[in-house]
Amino acid sequence: MSLDSDITSVSLSGAFLATLRRDLLLAYRRRSDFMNPLAFFLIVCSLFPLGIGPNPQQLALLAPGILWVVALLACMLASDTLFRHDFDDGSLEQMILSPAPLYLQVMAKTLSHWLLTGFPLTLLSPLLAVLLQLPSSGLLALCLSMAIGSASLSFIGAIGAGLTVGLRKGGLLLSLIILPLYIPVLIFGVSTVKSAVDGLPYIGTLAVLGAFLAMAVTLAPLAIAAAVKISVDN
Amino acid sequence: MTPLLETVDVCCERDDRLLVENLCLHVEQGGIYQIEGPNGSGKTTLLRALCGLSSRYTGEIRWRGEPVKKVRMDYLSQLLYIGHSSGVKAALTPRENLAWHGAIKTDATQKTDHAIEAALEKVGLYGYEDVPCFTLSAGQQRRVGLARLFLVPAQLWVLDEPFTAIDKQGVAELEGWIEEFASNGGAVILTTHHQLAIAQSVQHIRLGNL
Repeated sequence: MSLDSDITSVSLSGAFLATLRRDLLLAYRRRSDFMNPLAFFLIVCSLFPLGIGPNPQQLALLAPGILWVVALLACMLASDTLFRHDFDDGSLEQMILSPAPLYLQVMAKTLSHWLLTGFPLTLLSPLLAVLLQLPSSGLLALCLSMAIGSASLSFIGAIGAGLTVGLRKGGLLLSLIILPLYIPVLIFGVSTVKSAVDGLPYIGTLAVLGAFLAMAVTLAPLAIAAAVKISVDN
Repeated sequence: MTPLLETVDVCCERDDRLLVENLCLHVEQGGIYQIEGPNGSGKTTLLRALCGLSSRYTGEIRWRGEPVKKVRMDYLSQLLYIGHSSGVKAALTPRENLAWHGAIKTDATQKTDHAIEAALEKVGLYGYEDVPCFTLSAGQQRRVGLARLFLVPAQLWVLDEPFTAIDKQGVAELEGWIEEFASNGGAVILTTHHQLAIAQSVQHIRLGNL
């Protein structure tokens, strides 16, 4: 109940880290929630060899596309819940009313979202690549492109999640908003892996993915913060 | 003296219904303002507009004489809003919840664990610091949210139905805290249907008589 006459300043890094820590802790407490997209990735990828036959040449041809499309769908599946719980329990209002910029806080939330979806997907992908007979020359490119690309997917997904969080049934709308924005990442992600498999230099397409990420990290939080404010305003 | 918060001809609408018309409110230091009205009369809508959560109003809201849009950071660092949903995560413990609330509202480096414990003790949750909030009762969860009153330094409290789910003794305590805060120079704006038992004069703002 102290009444400090001077303006209480908020530490920016403190607010960023507190939000990041809280989200990771929440995911740890609700482990089944964040396992869902990973289980989806694992199950769908392991169903493909059963569906299209175990012919190694055929699988190897399709592997980069399968891995990337399924990872993309898993990211989309996960982004729906990004702001849902915070919206329902009023935490989002408190984030907007914090003196720390909303830009930093949504960035922390998106980063924790990537650490819980994109990062584990990246770690799982070499395992599934072996299952899908992807030549070993493509493994490193797959991991790199997946790590960089999925981070962009998280930031793009967060824009859609922020816009649809106020709607009761935002699921379909969310996919309509973010899928078109996912497509460039998908194209360059798959072509990175394909170039590596064919023995071509893949650093160029990887650099394009990196450029996407640089743009997403700097600009997407502006859009996410604005989207979240609009959703709470209603 | 410039009032702490001032509204000039504020009108709020929701779903094409005009709820608040030409409200000119002067919130002075040490004042307690109770917003009254039947359900759906726009109490929450008005509070959300005052906090800056809602932009659906016309007119001007001033903080220490300056439009809030200009001095937003200063305003937010002096404002404590507790809404219908208290922002308490059921999966986290009261200590973890308050650590986050403290960090986004104040300089976290100065907020020690000790301050959180003191705030929790004040709201009667001593001994519950490290149990997950979903094991607490609705009233206790509400109290976790109220513990922010003691953790976050502020000049203005905006409380939306703060007495919900709080027991009789808790209501009396909360009234005491509001009174003490006001007598220390803070200002409180609250909505409640409950008759406040506060010795100090409470300004009433009635909505829904349009």
